[in-house]
Amino acid sequence: MQTSAGFSNAKVRLMPKVYISTVMTAPAAEVWRIVRDFNGLPSWTPFVVESRIEQGAKADQIGCIRNFTLKDGGRIRERLLALSDYDLSYTYSILESPMGVSDYIATLALTPVTDGNATFASWQAEFDCPPEREAALIQQIGQGVFQTAFSALKQRFGR
Amino acid sequence: MVKVRQSTIIDAPVDDVWRVLRDFNGHESWHPAIASSVIEGGEPVDAVSSVRRFRLKDGGELREQLLSLSDCDRRLTYCLLEAPLPLMGYVASIALKPVTDGDGTFWEWSSVFYPPAERRDELVRLVTDGIYRAGFEAIRKLMGRPSTQVYSRRDVGNRGQEPGTGTGPAFIPPPLTPPHKGEGDSATLMPDRAKVQAFETEAPTASPSPLWGGARGGGIKEPQATHDHTRAVVVERHGGPEVLQLREVPLPPPGSGEVRVRHTAIGVNFIDVYCRTGFFDLLNLPGVPGMEAAGVIEALGQGVDDLAVGDRVAYAGPPLGAYAERTNRPAEMLVTLSNDIADGLAAAGLLKGVTASFLLHDVFAVRPGHVVLIHAAAGAIGQLLVQWAKNLGATVIATVSDDAKARVVERLGAHHVIVYSREDFAEGVMRVTGGRGADVVYDAVGKDTFAGSLAALAVRGHLVSFGQASGPVGDWDIGRFASKSVTVSRPNYGHYTDTPERLAPHVTRFFSALRAGIVTLASPTRYPLERAAEAHRDLEARGTTGSLVLIP
Repeated sequence: MQTSAGFSNAKVRLMPKVYISTVMTAPAAEVWRIVRDFNGLPSWTPFVVESRIEQGAKADQIGCIRNFTLKDGGRIRERLLALSDYDLSYTYSILESPMGVSDYIATLALTPVTDGNATFASWQAEFDCPPEREAALIQQIGQGVFQTAFSALKQRFGR
Repeated sequence: MVKVRQSTIIDAPVDDVWRVLRDFNGHESWHPAIASSVIEGGEPVDAVSSVRRFRLKDGGELREQLLSLSDCDRRLTYCLLEAPLPLMGYVASIALKPVTDGDGTFWEWSSVFYPPAERRDELVRLVTDGIYRAGFEAIRKLMGRPSTQVYSRRDVGNRGQEPGTGTGPAFIPPPLTPPHKGEGDSATLMPDRAKVQAFETEAPTASPSPLWGGARGGGIKEPQATHDHTRAVVVERHGGPEVLQLREVPLPPPGSGEVRVRHTAIGVNFIDVYCRTGFFDLLNLPGVPGMEAAGVIEALGQGVDDLAVGDRVAYAGPPLGAYAERTNRPAEMLVTLSNDIADGLAAAGLLKGVTASFLLHDVFAVRPGHVVLIHAAAGAIGQLLVQWAKNLGATVIATVSDDAKARVVERLGAHHVIVYSREDFAEGVMRVTGGRGADVVYDAVGKDTFAGSLAALAVRGHLVSFGQASGPVGDWDIGRFASKSVTVSRPNYGHYTDTPERLAPHVTRFFSALRAGIVTLASPTRYPLERAAEAHRDLEARGTTGSLVLIP
């Protein structure tokens, strides 16, 4: 973030964070049915063309690894760290990706909006990266990935 | 037990909704079921444990107590103490979350209670519809959509940003700022003062030397039509982060011995929180907090001849008033910045760096071989103390609250790191020093650590208590200090830095240490000036390592 000499040898900084949230006009159970499938990105995001779970594991087995291909050819491997059908949320980490991030952990969570039968959905991530790439990655992950996926899902529910 | 959980979306920014809902006595003004309400004993509305006594429009009287309030999670919890209905064990929470696409708010209102079986349905319906959903509707009406105010981005503040100090790559999108009464409007406000704009580039002659020039305590004086204005974060009354409000305030010409500084980065320090809450009585209300910033000189007052318009400068210390786009400062206490010190670094580090310098050199002179114990070592000052004390040849023992922070401090070079939540730190110090103890303890934690710090001292050791993040240390019988001939000091920043002669050596030392790489500072986290409240929330939530700066 800083280019001057005083900062060039900075040793510590905060992990970049991304937080995106939206409201879907569908019951949480319905949205959850779609996003819960850890192997299901191709069915609801516009940027994943193909996905598989490694070593024949089940898609809701904690520790399983999804291996998917992006439209642009990039390949990403992510490990499922937690999944809760009670809280309607799951958490995963990135093992390999072309994005150049490390220690990446993300959580997608749904909460019912009782007033109107809608769903409040949030998607957040924390990761590490070279400082000069932080802003671009926050933009790419927040808008390019999370918001784009949410928007596609919202459209499916007619909004 | 029954659980009631209701949620809705309000079409208004989360901070606006929170401002209304966090007021524990505010329901009187927005909830349709409430006729009147008071906080018992005149306690503040945001004091946890305060009790609201209120009357419903149907005549029933209730008492409820605030159990928790969090400005960072935007959540509050309260319980019912007395009610005409058998809502036994009723505990309720209100929680808000931002909806980032559309700038809306997700609001959840939930509770648990134990109704008598035969009245269960009736009471659930009452809480669901009569309280929660009625409340949702009322707030929806109250908030509507942001009022008729038209916000426009002001462009004058951005001119001449220093490289690397402006809207950096990790910066939050351009903030909306309130309409500015400057430039365009000034012609009508000040028909005979067209030269007011000349302040940008040249010194005014025969400055009126206004009484409030450099107002100590950051207090704002009444507006005068003949004066310029600036955007500033104003505190009208002591309170939570939400009392930090961006406003236009009058800005007189720099008085004698003063210069006007256009800030490029403003340091956020814990002392600003104390000023905001009133814990320290330093800020005259209404006033502008803040005592650390970097910027560029815009105009010179009378008698200032060793600085020039355009000079890059920084300052740390009173008078208050740094949370502003521009301000007047006493010239003699300004530090000139060389090209290799970035504005953000100076604004984030000067106060802490100077503090670290006098703590290590003046309050107690650390020498090779000393054992130095540093609490809160992952905090901004803690990090400086660890690196610097090590460079001075001391054996550095650091305490931190968790493993992540321990790793941070290990990387900075601490010889021993103690996670105090896992191990009694005084015992830890004795263990690693073979029972000898520390020659000096730097303790800004206060209440939680003071006793342990005394126990961790060596004979003739020195406890430097320079803050109290966890609360006041309480009363101590100094007779007990004789058991180890302990010295305790409570240094005050001002007494070590209040003259140019006292300040200069510390500034020089700090900048030299930075240049030499003896100390390093993490990149500060940046917040737009208008989000000062958010910066305070984050600082108070202890969710930050390293420094915070506001960018005008």
